[in-house]
Amino acid sequence: MSFIRKPLNRRSILRAGAMGGAALATPTIFTSRAWSAGYLNEPTGSEVVFGFNVPQTGAYADEGADELRAYQLAVKHINGEGDGGMLNTFSSKALQGGVNGKKVTYVTGDTQTKSDAARASAKRMIEKDGAIMITGGSSSGVAIAVQSLCQEAGVIFMAGLTHSNDTTGKDKRKNGFRHFFNTEMSGAALAPVLKNAFGTDRTAYHLTADYTWGWSQEGSIKKYTEGMGWKTAAAVRTPLGAGDFSQYITPVLNSGADVLVLNHYGKDMVNSLTQAVQFGLRDKQVNGKDFAIVVPLYSRLMAQGAGENVKGIFGSTNWHWSLQDEGSKAFVKSFGQEYGFPPSQAAHTTYCQALLYADAAQRAGTFDPCGIAAALEGFEFDGLGNGPTLYRADDHQCFKDVLVVKGKENPSSQFDVLEVVEVTPRAQVEYPADLLGGELGACNNGA
Amino acid sequence: MDVILLQLLNGLDKGGAYALIALGLTLIFGTLGVVNFAHGALFMLGAFCAVTFNALLSLELVTTDPEKTTAWGTPLEIRTPYVEAYLGDFGHWILNYSVPVSILLAIPVMLLIGFIMERGLIKHFYNRAHADQILVTFGLAIVLQEIVKSIFGANPIPQAAPETVRGAADIGAALGFDPGVIVYPYWRMVYLAFAGAIIAAVFAFLQFTTFGMVVRAGMADRHTVGLLGINIERRFTIVFAIAAVVAGLAGVMYTPILPPDYHMGMDFLVLSFVVVVVGGMGSLPGAVAAGFLLGILQSFASMNEVKAILPGIDQIIIYLVAVVILLVRPRGLLGRKGVMES
Repeated sequence: MSFIRKPLNRRSILRAGAMGGAALATPTIFTSRAWSAGYLNEPTGSEVVFGFNVPQTGAYADEGADELRAYQLAVKHINGEGDGGMLNTFSSKALQGGVNGKKVTYVTGDTQTKSDAARASAKRMIEKDGAIMITGGSSSGVAIAVQSLCQEAGVIFMAGLTHSNDTTGKDKRKNGFRHFFNTEMSGAALAPVLKNAFGTDRTAYHLTADYTWGWSQEGSIKKYTEGMGWKTAAAVRTPLGAGDFSQYITPVLNSGADVLVLNHYGKDMVNSLTQAVQFGLRDKQVNGKDFAIVVPLYSRLMAQGAGENVKGIFGSTNWHWSLQDEGSKAFVKSFGQEYGFPPSQAAHTTYCQALLYADAAQRAGTFDPCGIAAALEGFEFDGLGNGPTLYRADDHQCFKDVLVVKGKENPSSQFDVLEVVEVTPRAQVEYPADLLGGELGACNNGA
Repeated sequence: MDVILLQLLNGLDKGGAYALIALGLTLIFGTLGVVNFAHGALFMLGAFCAVTFNALLSLELVTTDPEKTTAWGTPLEIRTPYVEAYLGDFGHWILNYSVPVSILLAIPVMLLIGFIMERGLIKHFYNRAHADQILVTFGLAIVLQEIVKSIFGANPIPQAAPETVRGAADIGAALGFDPGVIVYPYWRMVYLAFAGAIIAAVFAFLQFTTFGMVVRAGMADRHTVGLLGINIERRFTIVFAIAAVVAGLAGVMYTPILPPDYHMGMDFLVLSFVVVVVGGMGSLPGAVAAGFLLGILQSFASMNEVKAILPGIDQIIIYLVAVVILLVRPRGLLGRKGVMES
């Protein structure tokens, strides 16, 4: 059986050549259209999809709920709806309703405060929902895992709550950006306040959550307190979600330590602080000094959980709703009118991250991750609370003023649990870009 | 020496909670033959009885101060609990004692929950495989947990102990140690005494009442008891409700020690099952003894001196003991011969 039914001649060869050429050219036409912008999930219609990946279940669900509220408010403001919130005070005026002529929509995911669940949810939003960026997080373990996934996939990750040095240190990525502060900045801001309050002749006992954030915070606080003369009696690692910490707290009583540093967050901090107070540590005198408790990372939601036990206890925070700069006031007003209560620091940082991403895309004139990364690197801005801020190009860490807070003695409402005792200037918390190690690597646009 | 005494106290306290939950679990397994994975949820529901009672008592009279506004522009609200607004000092006293008074609320509520749970679900699984019972009760625990979360949120809700028992006692000074090295919170002592009283009450009930005698007979051989014409079904319901009350009361009294959250039942459940297995499935004295024993062992294992030699031992000690006991004595410390043995 032969497929050549006619003898070959000049005309049939020309005809076959033309058809073959067209066939060969066809993929090039389609590919050139598909890759015209050359990046993953390029929005083609009138809308662009943001992916909000927050803990909707698990120990940080309340923080996640506040993050989501802030994201929804940010979308409203980016689309030119509502009162505009912090877009009115933001130093960049690029956003004027929508981004690059498109309306912002969003999909949400539940991280469950677990790295594997968070990665699965982010992957689903990128592959199925076509999310152009992922933002959110609830713990440093989750944020680092999702940041790594976004780098591999080729989208931008705008970190939410994550305080470990590693996020923009040894685990930093070119596609990942963090507005929240870190433990190095907490240590630098907190140490001078602790020195004024408790002096330089102190012995500290650390209880530390046994994962990346706990290790990072313990290291930073030890570094700065030992630097001013404090000694460290012991640093004990405690399992996450231990519940009852009494067996870890009782050895503090006769350790010779006169300060207890609780490197715990969320539910763990609420429980360990409550139990430390129950065991009389706050009323104790050691080495002729009043015993002190320090909670290096505070959040208003967490302080509410610990109730009266936070009174007089120092810690640091990224932002607080009582700040009186125009940006903070605008955000509190906008959020308070929408939801009936003030925003938490989790809400503030995620709202800022959504605005900063949208603004960078508008300034870059594209949603190409590498174009947006370039627009965010070295970007200086003001009007989003915490004073003038820099998104440092070398490690994608924001540098801004850090707050030192104290549990309020006489709160006027259930939200008024912390008072700002010091606004530490940005210059005091800045550190060399190579201090925390890691390499940014190359940008990945998913092409 | 002082450290050992402190850890012993801590262990007793933790053991009290394990023992109370394990006691209810054993009672249900021993009489009904049901492996109840929703038992931790009953502990959690008890704790939320205290939260609910406190929330009801704390309902506030809201007035506004037109002179002052919030940061978001609405008039500032002034909130005073109704009981304090209308009953003055007596209202404050009731609020202050909300946790112990919650026991009065918890008893009927937990009886009702136990009754509904047994009649509505558990009784249909008496003759099913243990795997089915575990699956259905575990599912129920998750449902209850999610309901509580949707109502009360995910954050812990602190409950204050009455002002008179809020501090800590300097036990060390009384024993001749330096002041301040052995202190123990008053409320933990109250909890320990309460746990002892509940355990004694359950044993007395089983030992000295006719109903208890029938239940014990049922634990030994429920089929024979049924053949004697005793309405064992009704007694099973009552036993289940009693076990629910024991778990619930343990939860109520534990709230000033550990601020309740929706997940607290699961946190205790797994450990309590280990306690039951170590004590001997179906053995009430075994559950109590193993509860205290494992609580104390866990407490000692978390000492810095011990962890320096065996890192991480505090997190595995309970499971390690369970493995050794199951290998050496499969029926558990005080278990009946033949149970869990081939």
